[in-house]
Amino acid sequence: MMRRLLPRPALSISLFLLWAALSNAASFASLLLGALLALLLPFIVSPFWPDALHIQRPALALRFAARIGWDILLANWAVARRVVGPVAALHPAFIEVPLDLRDPFAATVLGSVVSLTPGTVSIDVDRERWVLQVHALDAPDPQALIREIKQRYETPIREIFAC
Amino acid sequence: MLNIAIEIGFVLIGLAMLLNLWRLLQGPDITDRILALDTLNINAIALLVLYGIREASSAYFEGALILAAMGFVATIALCKYLLRGDIIE
Amino acid sequence: MNPAIEFLVAVLILLGALFALLGSVGLARLPDFFTRLHGPTKATTLGVGAMALASAIYFTATQPDFSLHEIAVMIFLFITAPVSAHLLAKAALHRHSAEHGRDVNDTNE
Repeated sequence: MMRRLLPRPALSISLFLLWAALSNAASFASLLLGALLALLLPFIVSPFWPDALHIQRPALALRFAARIGWDILLANWAVARRVVGPVAALHPAFIEVPLDLRDPFAATVLGSVVSLTPGTVSIDVDRERWVLQVHALDAPDPQALIREIKQRYETPIREIFAC
Repeated sequence: MLNIAIEIGFVLIGLAMLLNLWRLLQGPDITDRILALDTLNINAIALLVLYGIREASSAYFEGALILAAMGFVATIALCKYLLRGDIIE
Repeated sequence: MNPAIEFLVAVLILLGALFALLGSVGLARLPDFFTRLHGPTKATTLGVGAMALASAIYFTATQPDFSLHEIAVMIFLFITAPVSAHLLAKAALHRHSAEHGRDVNDTNE
C-alpha cells in the first residue's frame, strides 16, 4: 500500500524540500502545492527510470551525507593548501579504481562524491571493465588512495543501495 | 562590520574573476577556456549574491539562479559539442 | 540585527570569497588542464556555497519570512559542479586522444 502511493519516497521528499526552499516556505498553500507535486511527479517520471535503485538504508544514507559534507570542507582545505603551495611538489596522477558495484546510478553517485572530495576528480566510468578513472591532484601513494575511495565511499554506497 | 566584510568580499571575488579572465584569454586549449568561462560564471553568481546582501534586496537572487542554470547548461553543451563534433568517423 | 548573527554572516562572506579566490588562483596557476580542474570544482563551489548560506542567514534574520531559496542554489551548484568537471575532463581526454589518433592516421597515409 505504502509502496503504491509513494513509489519513490526519497524522490518525493527531495522534491518537497526543494519546492519549500524555492518558495521560501512562504505559505501553507505553497507547501500544500509542493506536497501535491511531490506525490504526483514520481508517477509521471517513473517511466524514465524503469529499474531505478531504491535507498535501502535511509539512516546510513543520512550519515553518509553528513560525512560527505565534512569531507568537502576537509577537501577544500587540502586543495587550498596545495594551490598556494609550491607547484613542483605536487604529484598529479591518473588512477584507475576497480569497482565492486555494478549499477550505473550508483557509479554516478560515487563519481560525483569523488569529484567533490579529497583532491580527486572522476573522469570516466568504464562500464565494460567497471573501472572508475580518477585524476588526483596530489597522490604520492596511489594504492592508499584507491583503498580510501573504496572503503570510505564505495562500501557505504553499496550498502545504501544494496547493489 | 558586515559592510567591511562585504567590501573585502567584492575585492576578493573581483580578483578571482580577473584571474579567470586571464585564463580565458591565455588558454592554451579550448577546454581550459570553457573551464575558465564556467568558473567566471560561478564567481558571477557569488558576486550577485553578495550584491544582494549589500542592497538588502532578495531580487538579485533570481538573477543568480538563472546564471547558475544557464551556466551549467552552457558548459554541458560546449563539452558535448567537443565530444561529438570532433569524432573522426 | 543580532551582533552574533552579523558576525556569522561576515565570516561566511569572507570565507566564501577567499575560497572562490583560491579556486581561481588554482585555475590560473597550476601547470596543466587536469590539475587546473581541481580548483574550480571544489574551492569555488564551496565558496559560492558559503556565500549563499550567508545570504540565507542574513535575509532570514533581517526579514520577517524565511529565506531558503539560496539553499536551493547551493544544492544545485553542488550537484552540477562534479558533472561539469566530469564532462570537461572527458572532453579534454577525447581531444587528447583524437589528436593522437590523427597523428597515427597521418603517418599511415
